[in-house]
Amino acid sequence: MARNVTTGRKIGTTILAWFVGLVIFFPILWTFLTSFKTELQAISIPPVFVGFDWTLENYATIQTQSNYFHFMANSIYLSLGSTALGLIFAIPAAWAMAFSPTKRTKDILLWMLSTKMLPAVGVLIPVYLMFIKFGLLDSRLGLIVVLFLINLPIIVWMLYTYFKEIPGEILEAARMDGAGLRKEITQVLAPMAVPGIASTILLNVILSWNEAFWTLNLTTSNAAPLTAFIASFSSPQGNFYAKLSAASMLAIAPILIVGWFSQKQLVRGLTFGAVK
Amino acid sequence: MRGDRSGNAMATTHTKSLARAMMAPAVIVLLIWMIVPLAMTLYFSTLNYTLYNPFSTPFVGFENYSYFLADPTFLAALVNTLVLVLGVLAITVIGGILIALLLDQDFYGVNIVRLLVIAPFFVMPTVAALVWKNMMMNPVYGVLGQLLQAVGLAPIDWMTDVPLLSIVIIVAWQWLPFATLILLTALQSLSMDQKEAAEMDGAKALSIFWYITLPHMSRAITVVILIQTIFLLSIYAEILVTTQGGPGSQSTNITYLVAQQATSYGDIGAASAGGIVAVILANIVAIFLVRLIGKNLDA
Repeated sequence: MARNVTTGRKIGTTILAWFVGLVIFFPILWTFLTSFKTELQAISIPPVFVGFDWTLENYATIQTQSNYFHFMANSIYLSLGSTALGLIFAIPAAWAMAFSPTKRTKDILLWMLSTKMLPAVGVLIPVYLMFIKFGLLDSRLGLIVVLFLINLPIIVWMLYTYFKEIPGEILEAARMDGAGLRKEITQVLAPMAVPGIASTILLNVILSWNEAFWTLNLTTSNAAPLTAFIASFSSPQGNFYAKLSAASMLAIAPILIVGWFSQKQLVRGLTFGAVK
Repeated sequence: MRGDRSGNAMATTHTKSLARAMMAPAVIVLLIWMIVPLAMTLYFSTLNYTLYNPFSTPFVGFENYSYFLADPTFLAALVNTLVLVLGVLAITVIGGILIALLLDQDFYGVNIVRLLVIAPFFVMPTVAALVWKNMMMNPVYGVLGQLLQAVGLAPIDWMTDVPLLSIVIIVAWQWLPFATLILLTALQSLSMDQKEAAEMDGAKALSIFWYITLPHMSRAITVVILIQTIFLLSIYAEILVTTQGGPGSQSTNITYLVAQQATSYGDIGAASAGGIVAVILANIVAIFLVRLIGKNLDA
């Protein structure tokens, strides 16, 4: 199409596209700006865009008032812990499905997918009661296990779609050259599998970081991640817009950056390979 | 690309049992995760079981179901769930198609605009909901209220006057990027030749869209609808931090109602019955999705 596009039309499209993009992005942009305002400027009428005295005060306040980094650390523990656990279980499984498929492989994959469709609320009560019974309520370990289980199907699926693209002939060639099993894995397969594993890690970290059903229902403070910390702003006291904005920016910034880098993998992971 | 792996010498009995052993841990933990809590939910749903008196849990058969299903709040929650799912689907699918068509064009800064459009998907639900509730939709200080006043209209008290619509807007904002991204991916795989041939035949842009582009995207649209439905049936955090289901039960969905039965009222029996109802509703969608994905899987 590029060849027929006149400059005038291209400029028109540019204006429209930027307008749409900025409208969609506006709440995030506004949160970003508000996080550098004083509480009074944050609620000034009419609102100020950039002509205010930029301050880092809010970022300092949320740490001193509410020990922000405790919640940040929990988010990191939970997302990395559940991802690591997921990889330990999923890599062998996906590997076997991709390289030694049987008649039942497809059924197992689809069954795994169907467990992902079980609504959390259908199993909330027993999990909640078991957590109370075993003293897991508000513990990081308990939550890591739950996040691992809810994301395991996605990890297996994603790894499977990547592993399936590694040509089997390469293995045979390596074997003919007399490579042992260890060499086969470390020098031939691992380099080809790493990109897929890396993408899987990214998507799973995003999903765990933002999970907000189990993290809200199974934590109070000790194991509470950022989703729960931000939820505590839902009963406001006094002026809090600037502080809410600062807390929100810190909570979403790392994942926004990770997410921007993993757009393509996102489509693949979240559609279970149905759209590539 | 793919060699015939099952038919060659690799698939000996030895590798087969090794493959089974490699799959077993993942399969077993998922099996336990699926069966044990679900069986317990099913069992609890037949008991008169409250957290206030957990030592006396007599069997009551279907009483919890009739209690839960006869509760007027359940009907309201069911209707709200449908409005929420269908409202968000309508906005995200139609909006997603339009924005995907726009982003598929050639313009200055296409990569940056794409980043801006995708961003909301990475915002955690509690942040998205609270930013919208306070900084966009607050009747006095919110940006939307000030925009309305600037054009001479009365500001709306979103969370009180139109609670369900407010949640639909917030959730649609979160999912619009997902729909856009997937539809754009599908759009970009459409071959140029087809479109160019149609253009040379003198086809108008609208009929190219209707007869070539849209049918090409139909599978991606189906995937978007099904996957979003799975997630939208379980909307929870956005309701908890904004309206808490209210005023009354105007913005309570099934997920929120069930969680509330358990955590606020301590009624394990009724909450379990509600959980089973939610599972049945989700399964109706899941069957279609699993079939669709299974068709595309050449395992």
